[in-house]
Amino acid sequence: MSERKIRVLIAKPGLDGHDRGAKVVARALRDAGMEVIYTGLRQTPEMIAEAALQEDVDVVGLSILSGAHMALVPRILDLLRANGLDDVLVFVGGIIPDDDMPALREMGVSGVYGPGASTEAIVEDIRTAMQAKFAQEPH
Amino acid sequence: MRLAESILAGNRRALARLLTWIENEDPRGFAELDALFPHTGKAFLIGVTGAPGTGKSSLVNSIALHYRQHHQRKVAIVAVDPSSPFTGGAVLGDRVRMRDLSGDPGVFIRSMASRGSLGGLAQATARVVQAFDAAGYEVILIETVGAGQAEVDIAKLAHTTLVVEAPGLGDDVQAIKAGILEIADILVVNKADRPGVENTERALRGMLELAHPVRRVFRHHGKSMVVDAPMTSDIETWIPPIQRTVATQGTGVPELVEAIEKHAQHLRENGDWDKRNRVRLQAELEDLLRETLIRQLRQRVPPETFERILDDLVARRLSPRAAAEAILSSTRATT
Ligand SMILES: Nc1nc2c(ncn2[C@@H]2O[C@H](COP(=O)(O)OP(=O)(O)O)[C@@H](O)[C@H]2O)c(=O)[nH]1
Ligand SMILES: [Mg+2]
Repeated sequence: MSERKIRVLIAKPGLDGHDRGAKVVARALRDAGMEVIYTGLRQTPEMIAEAALQEDVDVVGLSILSGAHMALVPRILDLLRANGLDDVLVFVGGIIPDDDMPALREMGVSGVYGPGASTEAIVEDIRTAMQAKFAQEPH
Repeated sequence: MRLAESILAGNRRALARLLTWIENEDPRGFAELDALFPHTGKAFLIGVTGAPGTGKSSLVNSIALHYRQHHQRKVAIVAVDPSSPFTGGAVLGDRVRMRDLSGDPGVFIRSMASRGSLGGLAQATARVVQAFDAAGYEVILIETVGAGQAEVDIAKLAHTTLVVEAPGLGDDVQAIKAGILEIADILVVNKADRPGVENTERALRGMLELAHPVRRVFRHHGKSMVVDAPMTSDIETWIPPIQRTVATQGTGVPELVEAIEKHAQHLRENGDWDKRNRVRLQAELEDLLRETLIRQLRQRVPPETFERILDDLVARRLSPRAAAEAILSSTRATT
């Protein structure tokens, strides 16, 4: 069997037209040996859940700068679950006020990364979670 | 329920999971593929290749859209992008150009990284295509970056191969440079809204005429004579047509799909459709036999023996052919 690759969907839900941060994260994950599916700007929650299903990703990273995270994230999580993707790791990056972080984690978001977060931290968090997940898969 | 049964029942999550198993060469995938195999052989496979930035993903998007809107056929897309040779990672960005297709349950898009070996990629792509075929996708579009042998191998999978070219990517015609012009059944000059289309099209036409001469000039007794190329009926020779498109606007796409369908019909009428299927399956069978035989052989040859013969080969005491013979006869001695 060939090496099990970590597959990540990087998506930008909402209407803000700025994807520099998302691209920086996408490249950092690629440089860490992951396969990153990049879907571009202005994705609806439905588009994101559909892409996650078709691509069978292990991780979904959402970049949200518009301030609409408290509306978008629960919707995306619901759609992922409806698609049977309960075990997908979801993280959020962008401009998220500290006050909203507990609520996002409560919903099932694994990590929230503000503008100051390092891409190394994101890589490490994903690796740690995936090691645990892959260890449970049959070999 | 078995994955294969769920896939045949139309479960997209099950299909996506099998595609992952195929990519990872996960042994769980093989039994599922075996179960699906009787349901394959119905899909029309279209390869789309060309240099980066020529508009392949945009074109795949508009071809798929046309098949959905005018032919009501289910469409699957396999979009292959290169893995980084240094980190093994990849950014797969083809879906960015395919947003028109989202929300349509009759379309399934899968991005694939080329990963390590070229042979492995062609094999994995063949299996991914089989899974889509069994799942009832009637048109399967395979996008690859036109860079050489891997594309040629993947093109062998396809019934119809489009080679995409665009003006403004430098002086050379990229497909000629990459040596992939020969695999084209249809040549597409995309970005026909950009300056330089005429030049690109002229260069392609020039290359085509070299490959498919219509008339030849002979020197005979000091006079040049123009002789028509031997007459062949349309059924026998397919001369790749050149189609201009503006993929981002859909311009030229109905005509392109018409040309694609014409090529499919041509293949069916002259028997090439069945011949290509047979050749493709024979190649798959031989690949598997080769792999299996080598694995079995390696199990029967003690590693010390193998290493000793390899040492002799490295020291030039044995030629490669003699070394292979030595390994084979060592197994005969022990059985
Ligand atoms: N002007 C123009 N731009 C196009 C056309 N087709 C694609 N593009 C643009 O060319 C760029 C590369 O397209 P893409 O489909 O990703 O090319 P690929 O790398 O070959 O898959 C994108 O910015 C597209 O919007 C076209 O027909 N005309
Ligand atoms: Mg592309």
